[in-house]
Amino acid sequence: MDKILEIKELHVHYYSNRRTVRAVNNLSLDMQRGRVLGLVGETGAGKTTLALSILNMISAPQGKIISGSIRFDNADILGMSNQELREMRGKDIAMIFQDPMTALNPVLTIGEQIAETIFKHEKVSKAEAWSKAEEMLETVGIPGVRAREYPHQFSGGMKQRVVIALSLACNPRLLLADEPTTALDVTIQAQVLDLMRGLIKTNNTSVLFITHSLGLVVENCDEVATMYAGEVVEYGTVKQVFGNPLHPYTKGLLGSLPDYSEGSPRLRPIPGLMPDPTNLPKGCYFSPRCPNVMPQCHELHPENSSIEVHLVKCHQYQENLHVEQSI
Amino acid sequence: MSNNQSELPILQVRNLKKYFHVAKGTLHAVDDISFDIKKGGTLGMVGESGCGKSTTGRLLVRLHESDGGSINYNGIEITKASHKDMKMLRTKMQMIFQDPYSSINPHHTVSSIIGEPLKIYKKVRNMQEYEEKVRSLMETVGLADRLYDAYPHELDGGRRQRIGIARALALEPQFIVCDEPVSALDVSIQAQILNLLMDLQESLNLTYLFITHDLSVVKHISDDIVVMYLGQIVEKANTEELFKHPIHPYSKALESAIPIPRLNARKERIILKSEVVSPIDPKPGCRFAPRCNYAIASCGESDPILREVCPDRFVACHRAEMFV
Repeated sequence: MDKILEIKELHVHYYSNRRTVRAVNNLSLDMQRGRVLGLVGETGAGKTTLALSILNMISAPQGKIISGSIRFDNADILGMSNQELREMRGKDIAMIFQDPMTALNPVLTIGEQIAETIFKHEKVSKAEAWSKAEEMLETVGIPGVRAREYPHQFSGGMKQRVVIALSLACNPRLLLADEPTTALDVTIQAQVLDLMRGLIKTNNTSVLFITHSLGLVVENCDEVATMYAGEVVEYGTVKQVFGNPLHPYTKGLLGSLPDYSEGSPRLRPIPGLMPDPTNLPKGCYFSPRCPNVMPQCHELHPENSSIEVHLVKCHQYQENLHVEQSI
Repeated sequence: MSNNQSELPILQVRNLKKYFHVAKGTLHAVDDISFDIKKGGTLGMVGESGCGKSTTGRLLVRLHESDGGSINYNGIEITKASHKDMKMLRTKMQMIFQDPYSSINPHHTVSSIIGEPLKIYKKVRNMQEYEEKVRSLMETVGLADRLYDAYPHELDGGRRQRIGIARALALEPQFIVCDEPVSALDVSIQAQILNLLMDLQESLNLTYLFITHDLSVVKHISDDIVVMYLGQIVEKANTEELFKHPIHPYSKALESAIPIPRLNARKERIILKSEVVSPIDPKPGCRFAPRCNYAIASCGESDPILREVCPDRFVACHRAEMFV
């Protein structure tokens, strides 16, 4: 398959109070062109850090990409100069941030903000950039005449449409959507996702869709990766992961959700909390909360086991695979 | 007879109104709503931001003064209760807030936050009794004993919400308004708190008004549901019935918008037109009509009245019969 993004053995650390926060730990992940990859996990799993790393936006001295490589269409993102990065950001790779209220500049009109991006990245005049900005607004369902208005004149849902117009203005090859609908009401969320799906399909954009909602992953993604304590613990197609979840954490996330159609009386939450990223447990990071924990889980960090392209990082399956191989 | 006893409403709300006067006019936050809550039951209140659900919760415990209508709690009229009566009533009615980061005082220890109501209401005679009571409350909500002298900033959102719950339980209330108690929490923590709330309801025979925008949560925890839109109730029904067969076009759209994390569960999604109109000086006529896929000219002429369209199903829609 044609890979648009290849992340290999990525380590990202943050520093605070002389302590090291290990936000992303030895993470490898591939993205296929024209597909939507869902990245799920809870607060602090490292999802946003991963997205920022892809744009090489982890800034010193608070944070640092320690090691690893990120290749985007065969270009080495971590080796790019600032000039090259500026050209890439917003043009080839664009990002939609979670909170549309803070993602826009309050003292510029939305038209100016969209036109600026177009003018910087494409060989057009300012007037052409402006008319293209109006066109983009029409695409996301906002009348072009409103380009002269300021962000505060729009509702939350409309602002997120503006952010989508802004991110897709230069027709990026890769879109990083970080919880694009979390701040929106459900009926507005449905509108915005419907719009995004259409635009992504028309432009054949590859998307990293970051969310904590498993329901949105099933409905919007082709592949899914579950993140826990800075690593991908399970990866596969949506069909594989939701049809046959393997990692106890993925199973736990699913068990925590109120069961919509059967109405089981009690939820099955994952006991305990996420580990402290400044002090990750020895062995498997999930072992303190895992219902199927085995002695080696506390000692050895699990490697990926794969069943076809369905990857899982758990000792349980290494065992199983060994057994299968020995038979 | 004893069966009927448990069906008696602990709370009866009739024609409740709350208007806020803002620069642009009058904001109709809660506009003539009526509902009952059964003793020991949970009434779920759903709707999107700005529909008046939090204002309703606050009116019930009189954190806001109402502008009309009545709230009858076990035979006592809350809207007219004296200051002294209200103080007594507040021991019976408590509230759990949405944001566990801003609803507890960061300068106080866990024990003093939980124990404050005990001191204010002089529910304990000495320090020893106080400590015992606070420790037992902590145990009830699953907070480790070692956190007795901890400060809120040392704790995560889930534990903070447990503090909020322990504080609400301190005076042994009968009725608790839960205003989005799990919205700020991650799913695995959310499930822990929902289980806790359901266990407490069973062991302490609590009655809940559960306010949320999350339909899957409300479906899980509620016996009955009211759906609100722009300050009004548009549908009122038993939870199971409502999810099986929503009647009001807005309820239908909300129900269809629940993302289901299961393969092949994909269903027809109803995409509504435009956005919520302003709650300031609303025009007569159905407030949902501008977004409704079924609206006809006459929908904009008069206010739809919440009426029983089939047994135990109340819907405020001019064309409800079409959807039954």
